[in-house]
Parts: sequence; C-alpha cells; structure tokens
Amino acid sequence: MTNSEQPAQRPMIRSIEEVDAGLGAAGYIASRQISTAIYIAHHLQKPILVEGPAGVGKTELAKSVASWLTLPLIRMQCYEGLDESKALYEWKYGKQLLYTQILRDKVGTLIGDADDLGTALAKLHAFGDVFFSKNFLEPRPLLRALEQPRGAVLLIDEIDKSDQEFEAFLLELLSDYQVTIPEIGTVTAAVPPIVVLTSNSTRDLGDALKRRCLHLHIGFPDEKLEARIIASRVPGIDARLLAQLVAFVQQLRTLDLKKPPSVSESIDWARVMVLMHMAVLAEDMVRDTLNVLLKFESDIEAARKHVASLTHKALQAAVSDS
Amino acid sequence: MSTPFPEPPRPGGDSTLPSPAGRRVGDEGINATVTVSIRDTRAVASRPPMPIRASASEPLRRFLQVARGAGLRISAAEGIDAARAVDLIGFADRTMLKDTLGLVLAKTADEKVLYDETFELYFRRDEFAGGQSAKTESVPEARGVPGRTPGGRDAAEHAGEPSLSELLERDDRAALAAALEVAAREVGIEKIRLLTQKNLYTRRILDRMGLREIEEALEALRSRGTPDDDARAQALAERIERLWDSVRDFVERGLMLYARGETEQFRERLLKSTRLANIDRSQHERMRVLVRKMAKRLATRYAVKRRRRQRGQLDIRRTLRRNMGWGGVPFITAWKQKRIDKPRVMVLCDVSGSVAWVAQFLLMFIYALTEVLADIRSFAYSGSLIEVSDALEKQTIDQAIAHIMTTVGFGSSNYGAALADFEDGWMEHVTNKTTVIILGDARGNGTDPRADIVDRVAQRAKRIVWLNPEPRSAWGTGDSDMYRYAPYCNLVRVCNTLDDLERVITGLLETPN
Repeated sequence: MTNSEQPAQRPMIRSIEEVDAGLGAAGYIASRQISTAIYIAHHLQKPILVEGPAGVGKTELAKSVASWLTLPLIRMQCYEGLDESKALYEWKYGKQLLYTQILRDKVGTLIGDADDLGTALAKLHAFGDVFFSKNFLEPRPLLRALEQPRGAVLLIDEIDKSDQEFEAFLLELLSDYQVTIPEIGTVTAAVPPIVVLTSNSTRDLGDALKRRCLHLHIGFPDEKLEARIIASRVPGIDARLLAQLVAFVQQLRTLDLKKPPSVSESIDWARVMVLMHMAVLAEDMVRDTLNVLLKFESDIEAARKHVASLTHKALQAAVSDS
Repeated sequence: MSTPFPEPPRPGGDSTLPSPAGRRVGDEGINATVTVSIRDTRAVASRPPMPIRASASEPLRRFLQVARGAGLRISAAEGIDAARAVDLIGFADRTMLKDTLGLVLAKTADEKVLYDETFELYFRRDEFAGGQSAKTESVPEARGVPGRTPGGRDAAEHAGEPSLSELLERDDRAALAAALEVAAREVGIEKIRLLTQKNLYTRRILDRMGLREIEEALEALRSRGTPDDDARAQALAERIERLWDSVRDFVERGLMLYARGETEQFRERLLKSTRLANIDRSQHERMRVLVRKMAKRLATRYAVKRRRRQRGQLDIRRTLRRNMGWGGVPFITAWKQKRIDKPRVMVLCDVSGSVAWVAQFLLMFIYALTEVLADIRSFAYSGSLIEVSDALEKQTIDQAIAHIMTTVGFGSSNYGAALADFEDGWMEHVTNKTTVIILGDARGNGTDPRADIVDRVAQRAKRIVWLNPEPRSAWGTGDSDMYRYAPYCNLVRVCNTLDDLERVITGLLETPN
C-alpha cells in the first residue's frame, strides 16, 4: 500500500436490477432473492452467509460478483484445524532468521561503543521492532482481502468445516472489517470487502456468527430459472431439448434420493447431451447417462426404475410448456 | 501501520437510528417522534424517492415484536439491520420486503419457515390490507396524542375525527377498521398471551373506541320509546353487534399472531422440567420431538470435536520437527493435545411395570443416543435382561420401543436376575474404557439385589453411573435397594426429567478419558 494512491473507491451498486444484469453478464443467472441479498449486503456492508445443498452455485456466486465488479476474488477454503496463521498472517521466520544473521555484525558495530548493558539496550530500543514489522509479515487470505485498495470479494468457503474457535476468530473481521495482529496492531480494511461465506450445514453455526451475517438460502431453482441457467452455461443447446431436460431433472428431484441432482449436475448433463448431438430426450440414452446426474449407486438404481415414466412426463411437460 | 485508512463510506452511518428491537413490549410507543431517518442517497438517486414516514418504522417495530413472539430469535443488532434494510428498499414491493427481512432476520431453515408464516400472517392482517388510505390518514394522527387517560372519551377528543357513533351510523367500514387498529394498539394487543384474555381485550378495545357512550345513547333512544327512535335503536344495536363480532375476530387473530410462539416455548420448557412419570399420553408426540431435538443438539456438539488443545505443555518432539527448517530455533511451537475419545457406553434400562412410563422416554433417549455415540450397547431388563442394541439401531423408534416392551417390558423387576444375566452374557465386553449406565428405580420386589455383581462390574468398567427416576427421599424405602448399589457406583443421580437426562449425558460426553 502506498500513499500515492487515490482515495479508495468501492464500486457502487445502485439497484437490484443492476445486480441482476451484472451477474447475468458475468454468467450467473440469479434469482430475485440472490440479487436482493447482494444489493442489501452491499449497502448494509454485511457479510452474506449462503447455505444450501451442494452444487447450487454458492461458490459460483462469489466468483461472479467478483468478475462483475472486477474485484479480486480472495478465496479461503475452510477445513478442520484451520487456524489464524493459515488464514490471517504468518511471520516469515526464515527471512527473520536470515536477516538477524546478516545484521549481526551491523548490530555489533551499532552498539559497540556502548559502555554498559543499559545503554546498549536503549540503543536497540531506538530501532523499534524491526523484525516484527510488515516487511516480515506474510499476509494470508483474510489480511490480503483487507489490504486490497479497491476492495475485494472474500469467499470463505465451507465455513461449517472449520472449528468453532475459528468461527469465533472470524467475528472481528465480519463485524468491523478489521483484524488484530498482536505485534503490529489493528488492521482495518481500506475498503470493506464483500464477504461471502458458504456452508453446507454439516454443523450448526454459532449464533454470534449468524447474527453478523445476512442469511441467504439457495435451494434448487425452479424450472424457468434452471432453464435460463443451463442456457447461459451451455450455449449451444437446443431449446426443445433444454425444456425436456429441465423437466426431467425437476421431476427426478422429487424422488426420494440420497443426493438429488443439483444445478451443477444438470449443467454437466446438458453438456453431455450436446456432445452426443441429442435433439430430444431418449429413454435409453437417459438410462446410460444417469451417472452424470446421480452420484450414488443406490440412487441410480432407484431412479432407473422411473426413467421410462419420468422421460415420458418430461417430454409431455416440455410440449405443454412451449 | 503508516497508511491512514480512509473512513469507509457507510450508508446512513451518521443518522439517528431508532432501535426497534431495543424497545420492550411494555413501552408501547405512542410516540410520533420515532423516525427512521437513515437515507441512502445513492439508492434513492436511481429510483423514485421513497419518503419514509414515522408510521413506516412503526409496522416494522411491531413486526419484530410479533416475530419474536413467534419464536424467532432476533437480536437488537438484527433489528437495526432490518430497519436499515427496509429503509433501503421501502415498503412498496411486498416480495422484496419479504426477501429482505428474511435475509436479515431468519438464519436457519427452520427459522425461514417460521418467518415466512409470520410475515404472511402479519402483513396480510396489517399494513397491506386494503384500507391503506384510511389508515395512513388516521394512524399517525391518533398516535400524536400521547398519554391519553383511560376511558372511552378518546374518539370525542379528536377534533377532526368522527366519533364512533357517527362512524357506526355512516357504516364507514374503512374508518371503523382504522379506529379498531388504533384502539387495539393503544390497549396493547401484542401483550395478549392466553385464550382466557380474549374477552378482556375485546372489551378494552371497544371501550377505547367509545362503545360506552354509544350504549348510553342506545339506552336513551330506547327509553324515549317513539317508533322512530325504536327503529334507530334497533339499527344501532345491530351495528354494535357487528362491531363486537369484528373486534372479537380481530382479537382472536391477534392471539394467534402474538401468543403462538410463546405458548409453544412455554410448553417446551414445562415439558423438559416435568417428571417423566407425570407426562400424559397427549404430550407424547411433543416429547418425542423434544428428545429428538436434544439428541441432535448433543450430536452436533460432540460429533465433530474430539480434540482439546492443552496449552501449557510443550510437545518437544513435534516442536523440534516443525522448526527443523531454521535450525531448530523454535518459532512455531507445538503443544500437547488431549484427545477425548468418544465414550464407550453400555446402558441398562429398566422396563418393568413400576417404571414403564419413564422407560418409554428412557428408551427414546437411548435411541437418540445411538445416533450420537458410535460405540453404544443397550440392554433392557425387568425379570431378565436382553440386549436391544440391534432393535434400537435398525428399527424406527416406535417399532423398537413396541418390540422391546412386548419382549421384556411390564414384568416385575428382579435386579439380581437381570444383573446375573448381564454378568453371564456381557461381562467380558466391559473394559476399562466402558461407562456403564444403569437406569432404574432399584426396586427388586424383595429379591436378592446381588450388589456383588455391580461391584464386579464397577471394578472392570471405567465408571458406573446409576440414574434413578425416583426422588432421593424414596431411596431405601420399601423394597428399594438403591443404597445397597450406591457404594459401588461412581455417580448416582436422580433423573426424572429431560433436563436431568441432558445434564448427565453432557457431563458424560465431556469428561476426558
């Protein structure tokens, strides 16, 4: 960071429609709720906690916001045992050690003329904490996010995987956009980053964390939205096939499955269809490619029984739609 | 840090904030000075300006109150966030308002459902109801008169506002509805909690609206006795009757809105501290939900963390290893850690006739525990003892309980025989890592208690815990052998409510090996 920089400016979002359009341009088709969340989060300067099943675009949301606002995306993947030295900062021990070795002689000459220990110490004190300054600090994602001159999108991915201690450690960052480094002091964000936390709800998050965030639940999209999402991700897809495919996936989700197919799976499936030059949904082909949609053997087994009726229904639904 | 960071731009950071959340039910603010004056100019610039009147903050404040009553946990800070968010987007777009408040107020899937319900209930009833124009006219005006004396005169006090009798005579429904809302607010309808308060609140609201005067007028009309007056009296009486009905309806909806969550919470609290034996059949479903919740809570708390860091003891080996890179200068320290193993538990549950009702819940709880603990074996006994781990693991809770109760349940208990069964069949599985929990009243109907077996189990096991559903005063009376067993147990506890159970189990899970 240098002083010559212009006063920090964070990008401004003026309306929910603008969010919609911006995310759309970045390739993310957002539901109204998602756009509202981004808009409110931006103006209230609050982190967003995004929950929902895997593969509905939680992580993607953060990426898209970053690319739309042309802000750097700083991502931190959480896992059990993640601590502040990996998330916030780390001292460059090697460098500190090296410098002390190199500077040993210099220090010797500096305090060489001191008569007693007291004066020598006083001389040393005059140089301050040279070895615990920013030069020896290795910024990790959280600190980096605070130091970005134009702000950033900070993605804290799968917060539910981290320990409770780490969650508590995040609180200062989330509420005040600042962190405290004992040796240096408090670092406040130049421009508050847009913080997106994602969670797959493998454990309940603490109330304190939730209180500081807006809570956005992204579920499976409805038919129209999913069609739009797939169309934007798989550009070459035929409109008729798209309608059938979405109808099929939507119905598949109503079955009792261990892991119902998510948006990312239906996108993959659409890609497969396009690759195979399919024009309409065909029953045997669906059967063959079920493993793209479903990730458990038992699910595939269960779905296989319904393929015929589901395909039929999907074809009909798509016809009645168009 | 040498660089001065510029103050981040905060929308509306410098304006005064009413804290809707900070206000309690008690100080029902009839206060026109409450203004939400935060305004984000940037937001306003691109869309039509949306003036926010004092009345706009009032619905939000009351909505927060309602939402809290319904069981949503909303902190003061969240209340402020809600006010800021609403100020940003306004009340104009209902779906947007719903989405926005949902973002700020509801933080779990359960809460989202609750929130949706509450929002629908509240905003249908209130601010988005048809009579918008009538209300915005009258509401702020009425609120502008603080500290009104109780009694039925307020309608008359309003210079520009027609009295109740005029409204009734004109049959002006919109204005009547508005007057009703105002009166309800003034008597504090949101404080209604009990069904039995319905009539009280109905009467109070009617009095506020000035019913007494009209009743007097009605009397006067009747006493005059001319046919013309009689007809007027008749018409007036009908309208009063209708007014009664609508006020009663209104109060009923209010009861639903404001008292729902609290009564539910109250019931839960009550159930948790009620002795298991006293819980009657009608509450069983609710109990089951509670037990499940409790098990889930325990599961989330103890499923993940099995490691506790113990600061203070340096792990020299790991420290050296980590700092090899810079010649062993210990920049990074490693500390000794204590591992808390998941406890191995064996539960022996009495299902004999004397504790049959309690046994249901105990089994329910053991069932829940099997989900939390990986290594748990459960046994049920009355006259004899059988292992029920499989039943509890593979069947649904109802099936399992029914199965167990028909196999060994309701018999007369014989602790000696049951303990002997245990010793014969499973003693070898008791190791120095096992915690043995015995649930039972220790009443063996005069049979040999065989406390010696408990002694032997205690010697092998890590510890032995006896949970007795009877109060301490009953121990040792009649055929109770509690005091014969007690010396061999590490812990003997009275355990006859869900709260007790949770406390004991939590203690169990937290003790390190």
